[in-house]
Amino acid sequence: MIRAATPYLAAFRARWRTTMRYRAAALAGFVTQCWWGVINIMIYAAFYHGAHDAAGTAPLGLHQTVTYVWIMQGTLALMPWSCDPEIADAVRSGAVAHELLRPIDLWWWWSCRATARILGRLVPRALLIVAFAGLVLPLAGLGAWALRPPASLPDAALFALSILMGLALSASIVVLLNIVTVRTLSPAGGSAVITPLALILSGNLLPLALFPGAVQTLLILQPFAGLGDLPCRFWLGTLHGGRAILALGQQAAWIAALTLIGRAALRRALHRLEIQGG
Amino acid sequence: MNGFALWRRYARASLSGQMRYPGAFLMQMAGHLATTLMGFAAIWVLFHRFGTVRGWTVGQVALFYGLVNIQFALTETIGYGFERFGDDFLRTGAFDRLLLRPRWTVLQLLGHQFRLRPLARLAQGAAILALGLALTPVRPLPFTLPMMLWAIAGGVAFFLGVLIGQAALSFRTIESLEIVNVLTYGGVEAGQYPFDLYARWFRRLMTYAIPLGAVSYEPMLAIMGRSPHPMAATLAPAAGFAFLAIMLLYWQVAVRRHASTGS
Repeated sequence: MIRAATPYLAAFRARWRTTMRYRAAALAGFVTQCWWGVINIMIYAAFYHGAHDAAGTAPLGLHQTVTYVWIMQGTLALMPWSCDPEIADAVRSGAVAHELLRPIDLWWWWSCRATARILGRLVPRALLIVAFAGLVLPLAGLGAWALRPPASLPDAALFALSILMGLALSASIVVLLNIVTVRTLSPAGGSAVITPLALILSGNLLPLALFPGAVQTLLILQPFAGLGDLPCRFWLGTLHGGRAILALGQQAAWIAALTLIGRAALRRALHRLEIQGG
Repeated sequence: MNGFALWRRYARASLSGQMRYPGAFLMQMAGHLATTLMGFAAIWVLFHRFGTVRGWTVGQVALFYGLVNIQFALTETIGYGFERFGDDFLRTGAFDRLLLRPRWTVLQLLGHQFRLRPLARLAQGAAILALGLALTPVRPLPFTLPMMLWAIAGGVAFFLGVLIGQAALSFRTIESLEIVNVLTYGGVEAGQYPFDLYARWFRRLMTYAIPLGAVSYEPMLAIMGRSPHPMAATLAPAAGFAFLAIMLLYWQVAVRRHASTGS
């Protein structure tokens, strides 16, 4: 069992170490996301302050929306931005044939690599954002713009669990993007479709709770909610009891479904693989 | 061959290159159109819930949104060479080849790629602008049309200036500086809303130090007939050209100091 897992753990470790080397990129991402967060918070504050009666009936208060914005900025690296860039290079050069020579299960191999890369990009950025939005801003007297801590300890634990499921979900989407790259021979197309969907449907652009009431159920059930919105709801403490179980259940169900789809698609893609270059 | 004819030839070569992978290209266009449309959908949802923001209606915000997206989309079609400069030209040493050719480096980089993908953003920007014009009363056409074109020109100059500045900075870092995204993508994000929603320090920074407000917010106020200083607002897009000129000077200085990476 342990021996069987060794190559996958090695792939994970190698990828994690490579990604963690890019400190300047992490710092740049951090500054960009702080900037983004500040712009968004000013816009939300203007909307909330302008309309007192509408703000009173809004499903999220202003400070909850502000916290939501910071969590989303901190976990931006969790989004399935693109396929694995090394796989894209391998497809372009034809080196993807080497992947077939390894005595491993390719889906798990790619999935471990994707998980490690997302995690390696996520951890430094998330820590920096939490430090900035949770500590620096309140100390600077900007408490109204700050990230507030989770509602309670159990909520924090559920948030962590939900983020981990989001990580698995994101990795399984990245593997699907790898497969699309293998099929279309270009990495650009797949991510051009998935990234915008992920940004809006995860709540990154706008908290899902602020969408019209009629589409709420649909929004909570779709897979991308698990990449950000559901973890945020746990942090804010708005999911309890049955709804909490439902949220975690929907995340698990989508991970299982995307894994099965990914494995089947990978089998088909390898069955009729085109190698370009030479 | 004059500079413009040469640039057109560059553009043709780049267009046929992009059509080599039609499947990926179509998905890219569809995705890009979806991204940008969703940006406005999010604004629509906010207005649906809150009604107005500081007295602005959704139609007025559509005007700001459309303008800044058109400006940035046009810049992206021609400015990609600068956006990718650090990674694709400096680190690889490809820039040394450009220096050997008897043409201005800026012209060659403008011709590096004529991208079709931003046309999706352009299309939706134009559509949202048209929606805004249908919903909002503006000044008569003989003023609005030239003013709009002047503002677009100023905006393209501004965003191109940002990309050229990014490229010039990368002579120091030997990689494309993602931090400049706060002015490109972040600029589009900020320019989509009227500037009076923002804190005063932010508004001043983004109007006087970095003339985004001068090429988007101020001219659009003039078009709506709401500007407190109509004359200044009419002239404001010139700040975009001044910004571009400064960045071009900076570029020239940086190129003169360039020492190859040697790879």
